[in-house]
Amino acid sequence: MIADPILEVTGLRTVFFTSAGLVRAVEDVSFTLRRGEVLAVVGESGCGKSITALSLMRLVPSPPGRIVAGSVRLEGRDLLAISEPEMRAVRGNLMSMIFQEPMTSLNPVLTIGEQIAEAVRLHRDVTKAQAWERAVEMLRRVRIPEPAQRAKEYPHQLSGGMRQRAMIAIALACDPKVLIADEPTTALDVTIQAQILDLVLQLQQESGTSVLLITHDLGVVAETAQRVVVMYAGRKIEEASVEDLFERPMHPYTHGLMRSIPHLAALSGAVAERLQEIPGMVPALSNLPSGCAFAARCGHADAACTAGVPPLVERRPDHFVACWHAGALS
Amino acid sequence: MAETYGRELRRAGADANSPLRRLLLLLRRYPLGAAGAFILTVFVLAAIFADAITWLDPLRTNAPEKLMVPGGKHWFGSDVMGRDIYSRIVFGARISLAVSLGATTLGSVLGVAVGLASGYLGGTFDLCVQRVMDILQALPLLVLALVTAAALGPSLTNTVIAIAIPMIPASARVIRSNTLALREAAFIEAAQVQGMSEWRIAIRHILPNTVAPLIVLATAQLGSAILTEASLSFLGLGIPEPAPSWGRMLSESAAEYMRTAPWLVIFPGAAISLMVFGTNLLGDALRDILDPRQRG
Amino acid sequence: MSGYLLRRVGLMLLTLFGISIIIFVLLRLVPGNMVDILFDSAGMVDPAEKTRIAAELGLDKSIPEQYLVWMSGLLHGDLGFSYVSEKPTIEEILPRIPVTGRLALSAIGFAVLLGVPFGVISAVRQNSGVDYGLRVLSLAGLSIPSFWLGLMVLMAFSALTGKLPVYTEAPASMLDAVLLVAVPAMTVGFRSSALIMRLTRSAMLEVLRQDYVRTARAKGAGAGRVNFHHALRNALLPVITVIGLETAFLIGGLIVTETVFNIPGLARFLVESIRNRDYPIVQNLVMLTAFIVVSINFAVDLLYAALDPRIRLGA
Repeated sequence: MIADPILEVTGLRTVFFTSAGLVRAVEDVSFTLRRGEVLAVVGESGCGKSITALSLMRLVPSPPGRIVAGSVRLEGRDLLAISEPEMRAVRGNLMSMIFQEPMTSLNPVLTIGEQIAEAVRLHRDVTKAQAWERAVEMLRRVRIPEPAQRAKEYPHQLSGGMRQRAMIAIALACDPKVLIADEPTTALDVTIQAQILDLVLQLQQESGTSVLLITHDLGVVAETAQRVVVMYAGRKIEEASVEDLFERPMHPYTHGLMRSIPHLAALSGAVAERLQEIPGMVPALSNLPSGCAFAARCGHADAACTAGVPPLVERRPDHFVACWHAGALS
Repeated sequence: MAETYGRELRRAGADANSPLRRLLLLLRRYPLGAAGAFILTVFVLAAIFADAITWLDPLRTNAPEKLMVPGGKHWFGSDVMGRDIYSRIVFGARISLAVSLGATTLGSVLGVAVGLASGYLGGTFDLCVQRVMDILQALPLLVLALVTAAALGPSLTNTVIAIAIPMIPASARVIRSNTLALREAAFIEAAQVQGMSEWRIAIRHILPNTVAPLIVLATAQLGSAILTEASLSFLGLGIPEPAPSWGRMLSESAAEYMRTAPWLVIFPGAAISLMVFGTNLLGDALRDILDPRQRG
Repeated sequence: MSGYLLRRVGLMLLTLFGISIIIFVLLRLVPGNMVDILFDSAGMVDPAEKTRIAAELGLDKSIPEQYLVWMSGLLHGDLGFSYVSEKPTIEEILPRIPVTGRLALSAIGFAVLLGVPFGVISAVRQNSGVDYGLRVLSLAGLSIPSFWLGLMVLMAFSALTGKLPVYTEAPASMLDAVLLVAVPAMTVGFRSSALIMRLTRSAMLEVLRQDYVRTARAKGAGAGRVNFHHALRNALLPVITVIGLETAFLIGGLIVTETVFNIPGLARFLVESIRNRDYPIVQNLVMLTAFIVVSINFAVDLLYAALDPRIRLGA
């Protein structure tokens, strides 16, 4: 009953060369996105989740960054091995991405309609008029009222929520197989956030697009995703279905995350009066300690933890953790 | 794994720890800026030690030796009155440096004072000052300098003033916008709460934060000042005879001897261009280092 | 929008008014009696003649009165008479306008055609050999005094062709006619092209950093489309403003270039008049210059407003 995989990421490794040293932004990350599912990639700012997304699209700024290892198979084809013109045919067409800041992600001197139509004309052999019609239709699909009128407007004339809808319209204009959404709601008001998430889910169900959702907000994860990948300091440290992750987080970091969020803390059964924060800070990605990157902040760390990086192990059915002591938590 | 990245990391500057290594890194990262600094240093030293590196009097006319081709006693040849061009070039450096440094400093000091007061005090004072600055900037630099120089009469001091005045608005504008931005900053409120007087706040807190863009502006204006002085002297309204201003050397010789004695034209112009080039290179590098916002 | 326009026009007039005062005062700072200076240079000594001509020229009135005379004349279209030629200043100024105008427009055209494409190339290939080369070249271009460049060009010309491109009203051939404008125009425009190149480069770099460029790439757009259709359209907005500012700079270059190439234009006339103490001419020319500069800046602002939908349609 498990759907077949549509995007298989294996051993992805992306680094940055900076004056502070080598920054290992994405370190040996592997996951699989299945057809029709929503996979969330969760973690704090700086954990590497956005760079992972950019690496999939090969949009990492190339000095100073570089993808140095791994493969990204979209329906079996390794995107890291194809030429740049071939990759251009993939972007916006087979795989699309929407970004965090709708305010600045749209070109201020072009109309919304032109920007959506551009996406269509880049990949389909259609006339300008047909592309424009498609643009208006997409605006309708993303539930923007008076789409024909809106299409002639400029980004600054739209509200934040509408701009994000327009971005989604651009991304879905060519019916891509995979949609990568990098923190799509973070910059929006809370009420708009819910609307946008609903929209993404509806569209996803209507068209069967698979979604890779990047976020730091566990609440968003709970409402939209089927599976979750947790990242910390550039590595994947836990992967499970949403239910499993929330009921039984196995990595001390994930466990800590749950406890630091009010209603989730209640969900996981903790009857704490105070929110438990995770002590310490994320280590600098240019100066990672040997062994487990979380060891310094972990209450259960021991010599084994600082000695070597724990591998990802399937501790429970379909629940993977990278921790020497994963089983030790109740 | 780290070995393969070594070269790229070094290029990004990841291994500079001691101050000496940092300086070398700076020089390597900004080779053009280093070149500019070097060029300027050469000119400054030449100006300071002019007597030591020349042997002929730049002002002494020597009719029998007029219009000699470069070589022998006259490294750069001699002009129509027999004066040695090499000496005039070297001593001319003094004039160019004196005028440009003088004008830029004067313009900057006045500009800072005006801009600081204007930005900090605000209100009608600010509005009036802004209008006056607009007016000064509405005229091209050379035109205003030309008329001022003509009004004041040709002399070294007057040339400095004539060039300095049109330069005031630029630094005033920079300082003013920085002042306006910083005025709202939190740490100014903290100082006010402590009971510091307005002037002290302005000088002790705001000014140090505006130094960087000011330095960048000043180096850019230096080149501009050199060129303006040269233009003024070329047109006969700058440094008067017999001082060896490079611009003046070009006007005396211009059309008449251009074809028969090209060295009269080549050397003074090359000197001007080289010195300005040095300031521009240095200015560019300083801008990249000090004010990354403007980075290109 | 119209409120904005009115305010701008008001500011313009205020600026022009301020300039007129400054110019008037500056010219009369010259120590010594104006009349004496004029007469001494003309070689006349008869005191009675002096007084009569002084009255004729209006020099016996007080300075504020003289200013009012000039100003009211200006507003009525009467620009006074030249001290040197005694012809109405309008007759001296008008015929020279097309000469300088042609030169200025050619120079700006050359500068834009050279500067913008190289600026784009430099930005797109940032930090490459081409970029470095262009940056150094443009810095050199900004360092070379226009008049020296003019002199060197003249020297090269005469070395190559054996003759100097002397300005004539009736050029011998089509080629001569073109060269007569082209050579000085390129000399003056060279410096402007360097400035425009640098500004285009930094505007492009700023734009290429923006999120919407990343969005365009994420759509699958190729380098050409990203750089021109998306980036340049946004980068040109500040560049256009600069072209306006650069016009003011150009006038300085025109002054020396017209002198070097012996072109009977307005800029050279300005210098001659300053040297000759022909103050009516100087005043009016400076006002004309200021008017041109201020008008061009205004026009550029309007253009910017028309091109940028954020301003055109309001937030």
